[in-house]
This record gives sequence, C-alpha cells and structure tokens, in this order.
Amino acid sequence: MPAAVLEDAAADVGPVEPEEPGPATGPRRVLESPWFGFALRRLFGVVLVLAVLVGLTFCMVQSMPGDPARVAAGNNATPEQITRMRHDLGLDHSVAAQFGHYVGGLLRGDLGTSYTTEEKVSDIIADRLPYTSELALLGILVVLLVGVPLGMAVAVACRDGRRRHLDGGFTLATGIIGSTPEYILGTLLVLVVGIELGWLPVAGAATADALVLPVIAVALGPVCTIARIVRRETAVVLARDYMRAARGRRLPAHRLYLRHALPNLLTGTLTVAGLLLTGLLGGAVVIESVFAWPGVGTRVVEAVTLRDLPVVQGVVLVLGILACLLNLLIDVVLGLLDPRTLTGRAAS
Amino acid sequence: MTAGLPPRRDRAATRPPRKRLGAMLVIGLAGLGLLVLLAVVAPWIWGDDADRLGPEVHLGSSGEHWLGTDALGRDIFARTLVATRPTLELSALATLIASTVGIALGGLVWVGGPRLRAVGLRVIDVMIAYPAVILALAIAAILDPGPKACVIAIGAAGSPTFARLTANLTASVAGRDFVGSARLLGVGPLRLMRRHILPNIAEPLLVLLSVSYAHTLMALSALSFLGLGVQLPDYDWGQLLAVGLQSLYTNPVEAVGPAVAVVLAGLSASFVGDGLAAAAERSSAPAMKAKASGAAESDPVSAIPDRTAGVPDDAVLVIDGLRVLRADGTALVDGVTFHVGAGEIVGVLGESGSGKTLTAMAVARLLPGGLHATARRAVLRDPGADELDLVASGSESAATRRRLATEIGIVHQDPSASFNPALKLGGQLTETLRVHMGVSRREAARRAVEQLEFVRITDPKARLRQYPHELSGGMRGRAMIASALLPRPRLVIADEPTTALDVVVRAEVLRVLRAANERDGTAMLFISHDVGVVGDLCDRVLVMYAGRLVEELTTADLRAGRAEHPYTLALLAATPHLDDTPSPEDANGDRRLAAIPGHPPRPDERPPGCAFAPRCPAVSPICHATPPPVHAPAPGLSVVCHLPGRRSATEEKPSEATR
Repeated sequence: MPAAVLEDAAADVGPVEPEEPGPATGPRRVLESPWFGFALRRLFGVVLVLAVLVGLTFCMVQSMPGDPARVAAGNNATPEQITRMRHDLGLDHSVAAQFGHYVGGLLRGDLGTSYTTEEKVSDIIADRLPYTSELALLGILVVLLVGVPLGMAVAVACRDGRRRHLDGGFTLATGIIGSTPEYILGTLLVLVVGIELGWLPVAGAATADALVLPVIAVALGPVCTIARIVRRETAVVLARDYMRAARGRRLPAHRLYLRHALPNLLTGTLTVAGLLLTGLLGGAVVIESVFAWPGVGTRVVEAVTLRDLPVVQGVVLVLGILACLLNLLIDVVLGLLDPRTLTGRAAS
Repeated sequence: MTAGLPPRRDRAATRPPRKRLGAMLVIGLAGLGLLVLLAVVAPWIWGDDADRLGPEVHLGSSGEHWLGTDALGRDIFARTLVATRPTLELSALATLIASTVGIALGGLVWVGGPRLRAVGLRVIDVMIAYPAVILALAIAAILDPGPKACVIAIGAAGSPTFARLTANLTASVAGRDFVGSARLLGVGPLRLMRRHILPNIAEPLLVLLSVSYAHTLMALSALSFLGLGVQLPDYDWGQLLAVGLQSLYTNPVEAVGPAVAVVLAGLSASFVGDGLAAAAERSSAPAMKAKASGAAESDPVSAIPDRTAGVPDDAVLVIDGLRVLRADGTALVDGVTFHVGAGEIVGVLGESGSGKTLTAMAVARLLPGGLHATARRAVLRDPGADELDLVASGSESAATRRRLATEIGIVHQDPSASFNPALKLGGQLTETLRVHMGVSRREAARRAVEQLEFVRITDPKARLRQYPHELSGGMRGRAMIASALLPRPRLVIADEPTTALDVVVRAEVLRVLRAANERDGTAMLFISHDVGVVGDLCDRVLVMYAGRLVEELTTADLRAGRAEHPYTLALLAATPHLDDTPSPEDANGDRRLAAIPGHPPRPDERPPGCAFAPRCPAVSPICHATPPPVHAPAPGLSVVCHLPGRRSATEEKPSEATR
C-alpha cells in the first residue's frame, strides 16, 4: 500500500468536535452509546462489501472475453461438449437468471465446481484456507508485536534530534527492506537460513517449524513499513501538549510512553495497519509459491493459469470477506482505544 | 504581529532542517534517471549478448559472465540489463492506468454531489481494503494471463488509492474560500475541478505517483514471478527471477541480477516519493533559520547585576538572570530576574514571542527539546526543605522529580489539547497523587472529586469516568486547574489559561484561580498577553519584551497608568477599558497589542541597544547604541530603560503617538 495513502488515512483520525456533556441515563443509553451508531455503520459497511464482492465475482464470468463454456470445456472440446458445458454452467439462461442462480448457490454455501479437477470449490477452500489464514494471522501478529515496539523505541531514542545516526540507519534499513518484494525476501531466507545454514525447512507445511520462514517472509516488509509509521506517529504524539502535561507530572518512563503515548499513536497506526494487514493477505498468496505452502495462494495461481474461474471466484470472495473482517476487528480495537473514532468515521 | 491571528505559544524552538531527506530525493532521482537511461540504451548495446546461446549452461559468476548464465547459456547480466526496458514500460503503463482511472473516479465522486459522494467514498474504502495482488489475480484470470492482463490488473488494483487521495484532497480544497467564490460565480463542477482544484492537489498526487510506481513495479514482477505476467520468450525482471529461482539450489547466482534490479528500482522510486513528501512538508512549514552568529549575545549572565539581595525570605520562587538558550547559543529568554512571594500572584505580560511562556516552562523544567536554561540562581523555596534548583543540568533524581511534580502545579495553555484524549479524566487528575505521593486510588479519587467541586464542575464523580472530549471547553479549563491544584503545590504556573476563552468562561477561570490563591495561599505565576486580565487578577506584573524583562510594577500602578517603560505605556494605551470587565468586542487581546506599530525583533537579530528602540515613541539616539540600565528602586519593582517615564520624543500623549 503506498505510503502516501497510508499517511492520508492516518490523517483522517482528526480531532472530533466535542459533544455536549452530560452522562446518558435510562433506556436511551444504548441508543446513545457511540457503539450503537458504530455497529449500525459497520453493518452497513459489511453488507456493502458483500454486495460489491458478489457483484464483482459474478461479473468475472460475464466479462470474460470469448466463450466461457469453451474455456471451461478445455481446448480440445467438440462443439457438442461445449454446448453441454454451456448448459451445465447455466450460461444459456439470461444474465439475471444466472445471477439469481449464483447468489442462491452462495447462500447454500455452493461456490461452484472447478472446471479442471471437478472438485467442489467450497471443499478446496475448506481444505486450503486454514493454511493461508495461519500464515496471514501469524504474520499480522508478528507485524504488530515487532513493528510497533520497534518504531516506538526508535522514536523515543531519537526524540528531539538525538542519535541522528540511529535515525538515519533506521530510515535507510527499513526503506530498503520495505522496498524489497516479499517473494525476494522469501527466496533470500530460503537460500541463507534454509540451504546455507540448514536450520529450518524451506518447503511444505509438514512440521510446525516449517511455518517460521514463510511467516518471516510475509511479515518482514510490513514490519518495516509499520515501524516507520509508528516512528513518525510517535514523534508527532510526543510533541503534543498532553505529553508535555504528562512530562510535567514527572511520570516514570514506562508510564509516560506506554500509558500516555501508546494509545494515541495506535489510533493513527491502526488506521494504516488495516490497509497494511489486508495487503499482507495478498503477500501471503504470493509467498506460498516460494515455500510450496499448501494454502489458497498456490491453488489460485494454478487456477488463474488454467483459467479455472470458479476456483478464482471462490478464493476472491473468501479472501475479500476475510479482509473485511480484519478491518472490522481493527476498527473495534480502535474504538476501544479511543472512543472518539467511533463517531468520527462516518462517511464524511 | 498581525492583527486577528490567534495567539500562539512562543515557538522559537524549531527543529533543525532535515538535510538527509533532500539527499534522498537526489539519490532517488539519480537512480531512476540511470534506470531510464539503461532502458533506452540496453537493448542496443546488450541485446545480442542477451539472446546469444552459449555452450556453458548454469555457469556461476565469472569474469566473462558476471552473474552467470542461464539454462541456455545466455548471459544473465546482459539479460537483466535488457529487461529494464519492458519492466519500466509495463510499470509506467500500469501506473498511468491507476492514476488516470483513480483521479477520474475520485473527481467524479466529488463532482457527483453529496449522496453519490457518501456511497462512492465507502465503495472506494472497500476497494482499497481489498488486497491488490488478489484483485490482480482475478483480472488476470478473466483476461488470460499475460503482460496485457497484468498491466490492466495492477492498474485497476492501484486506482482506488488514487481515487481516495483525490477525493480526500478535493474535499479539503473544495472547502476553501476561493473554490466557494468560484462556485458562486457560476463556474461548473468540471471546470472547477480542472482549473481550481487539480492544480492545488497536484503535489500530494505527485508523491503518490512515485510511491505507487514503486509498488506497481513490485506487483508486476510478483505476477511475472508467479508465471502470470510476461510470457516466454519475452522476459522482464520478474520473469528472469522466476527462471533464476528454478536453479536456486544448484546455481543461486542466477537469481541475483534480477532480484537486485527489482529492489534498486523500487527503492529509487520510493526514495523519490519520500523525498518529495519531505520537501512538501518543509515548504509548508518553513524551518526557522538557525543563525549561529550570536553577535548580540556578548552579554553573559554575569553582566546582569545581582538583584536578589532584597527579595523577601518567604519568596516561593527566586529567579535571577534566567536565560533560555537554543543549541546555537541564541538566547530566547535573556537574563530575566524576578521572584514570586508567598501567596503572591505575579503576572507576566508580553506579546507572542516575548519569551513569557518559555520563562514559565524553564521554571517548570519543561523546556522543549533543543533548548536549555541557565541562571545565576533559580530556586523553588520551601521552609521545610532544601531549595530546589530549577536549572541544574543532568538527570533529575527521583526526589527532585517528586518535588517538581508535587510542588509546582501547571495550568497548561490549551486545556483541550493538554488532556490526553485516550485516557479518562480521573486517571489523569489523580496520576500525580498516586505516582508521587503514594495516595491510594480511592483516596485520590475522593480528593479529585473534592477539587472538581471546588472548581464548580457539576456531577464530579461521573466526570472522573468521562473522557476529556465529553466535557465542554469551559469545563476542561476548570478541570485543568483542578488537576494543577490537586497535589496542593506551592507554586502554580498558569500559562495563558484565559486565551481563546469567551468572556463568561474567562471570568469563571479567573475566579477559580483567585479562590485557590485565597484558600491555600498558593503563589502563582500567571502568563498572559491580556493587560485587562492581568490587571484584574495579579498583585504584581512583569512586562517582557523580546525575551527580556523591561518593567516590574504593582498592578495598582499598572491600572493607574503609572508605568515607566514606554512599552508598558504603549500596551496600556492600546487597551481601552482597563478598569471595565472585558466586553466581547475587545475580547481578542492580540488586536489591542497590535495597535503598537512594528514587530518585536527576532531573538537572533536583537539590536545592540534597547530591543524596543525601533518601535519606541520616546526613542533617543542612546537607545540604539547602548543596552538600557536597570532602575530598581525596591525588590519587585524595576524598569529597564534609558529614559524611564518619558512618554514620547516630543512628550505627546502616547495614545496619539500610537495611532
């Protein structure tokens, strides 16, 4: 995700106009709770995402140049086979009827059947998604648990222009690693740790330690990006008036940085992290090919090469929902950290 | 000083300009330039080498083949160089698609009116949240894998970011006056977009363009790497890399060339983006030039006469020869001497930039980074304990920190910004009690409630569980005072607590401060630029100008117009109703001070003589040449002027002189 957009997103969490004071009482309390409006808005958001996803995946078959039935039936199919395939796929019906059929299938959990292997797409995804989720979620965990403390530590160490060399080194190192595509990082890891040193397995998912390299490969770039963002957010937060007020109370360092600074820089950071983390989902799809990881990524690449559309449709849909849920989770965390974000993120 | 500007805190401490980021832009541009050059010439120079089949396949690095050879014995170095052109071309094409589609989309969302805007922005948000690589995979599946599909896919996947940025920037630009007036003049939305809005948002879009180029390049090579992009016999870096990786275990050097090329190109483009962004940041917030001349600073503390001899023994705060220095030695506060007696309220009066806030922050030991304070003597006195040195260098001991936290209470300038928005009020109010005084949570809460009642905040118990943003502005101001008073400090430093408050709230704040002074006998240092407020609340007034103290006088004298220094007189003359309670029309203190023509000198450009001389109606030649002497008839009363009491060069009334 381009850094400029990330910054832009961070800037969205501006100060929100204070509302008139007065604690709410009685049964209206639930309605007046900022969480109520938040839940309503997010529900609308989720429905919108689903609608867009279903619409787009349906359009995939429609917008395919040439005859989908011919593609589905394979290159050596006879005209009769193609006609039968067209009927099997429901392509001889109107677009509206096809859409109804597609949505109806989705509601029953039927994502279609692979053109090439004739497996059910839902089975393929059920089989492979756990591997991809494992990779992505562990990656996200690493990004947050390493990137945030790293960025904060550098910002605190370099506050007020101290330790210029550390600052410059950090900027350069994170810049280089952040500009390196994850599949190159993955390859490097395979080469150095897996082959030269022979410490860890480099392919497959047979053992638990096979996870280590793929997770590092997926997380390393985002760790650097998030550390840079956190470093800058921290510098901004440290310059705020409330931090001066906290310094005036002569608080011990851990209290000053963890209790006073952290929640505030997390609001800016997490807004950005949402985009970064869904991007990590895409990175996981690519990195699976490097490590022969049996997730949806390797399968969908295969499917794209063979133009096995139902599989691609299913994966696109499921990963989209996953990305949406991830964003929702982050917004909930944001709301817990800073209640102002609950009201401030309307479609304005 | 410009009339009508909101009063600002002294902002003399600015960050030094960051040169490294300028270098970043240069390096990035040089890298991209080199790559473009390579893209143009490489196919001519190395084109034959790149396709020439050789007998030696899968060679390692050698003098003849620096990066080895591939499965057909072709030189990988040459192939990497030749692949520059297709890689850069495809990325440029995809970026072009992303930016054109995105900007058009973002513009449309804005042009289409409020309803479309609300839905459109949400859809864009959804699209942004969708992983670009997966979207690209979907599009590649529809269009049959190949470079064309990849360019369209990556372009489409990148467009939402442009749309989002365009929509956001447009919204902010569209809110400005000139767009509003253009719209009133009947300029249509499309023309408005093209003529008035796009030029104003070009800079951030340019930054995004270069950053997005880097990402496009990486995404395209990732697709080629997956075998979905450029197809044999054509090749780009991603494709070369994918082929090189096939022999990773036997001949790893094959992958080095394209991998390094991808990283370098991506790095160059993101350097350009970061560099541009930093340059934009710099130009929008020009850093103050750090001038290290220090010519006017030949006047060290020792040259200022010691005037603490007659200070009463019960004085809470004794400051003598306080200087606040920038790292380059420029004195932002220059030799300030004063004391605050027990139970006394001392006002510090001056324009923005006069050093009054810095003086207060130096006393509180809260100077921003890059500034440090020196003084012959700066102590907080306590009859039951040692004097607390306020300018001692080095780290503070735990005992010092405790005393600073509990003996000095600070009412910060902007209560809305000085409460932590992420923490509940109760925790912030009771923090000092619990951290430094060992008070239990329960007892601290009890005292906080008591203190909130004292500053007349309703329903104090419930307030403790609220966040700062749930309080009104006036309530936050009073809560800030309660927070400063809670540890029962010996000295309260109030830094412009009434600035930007409406008249009713201001009167409330003043009443609360006065009540605290009467209840606890708390000494106060009250910083303000408002002559009326200072005259209302304080016992004694320090007038500061350009980082120096120019006059110390009692409030009674100030109110009666018995000031000696021409600057104080000018301040008074510019304040129409000193004895009245402030009325809404003159609530803005800055406007009154603005009636003095001219500007105070910058701290590094102070004249050798009196700093006020260029604006002084009573100026005489000696004022420009020689620093003015201190006339101090009694402790706590002084004037620093060559000609104290003279109202103007021709003894006119100051009111006429300043009109």
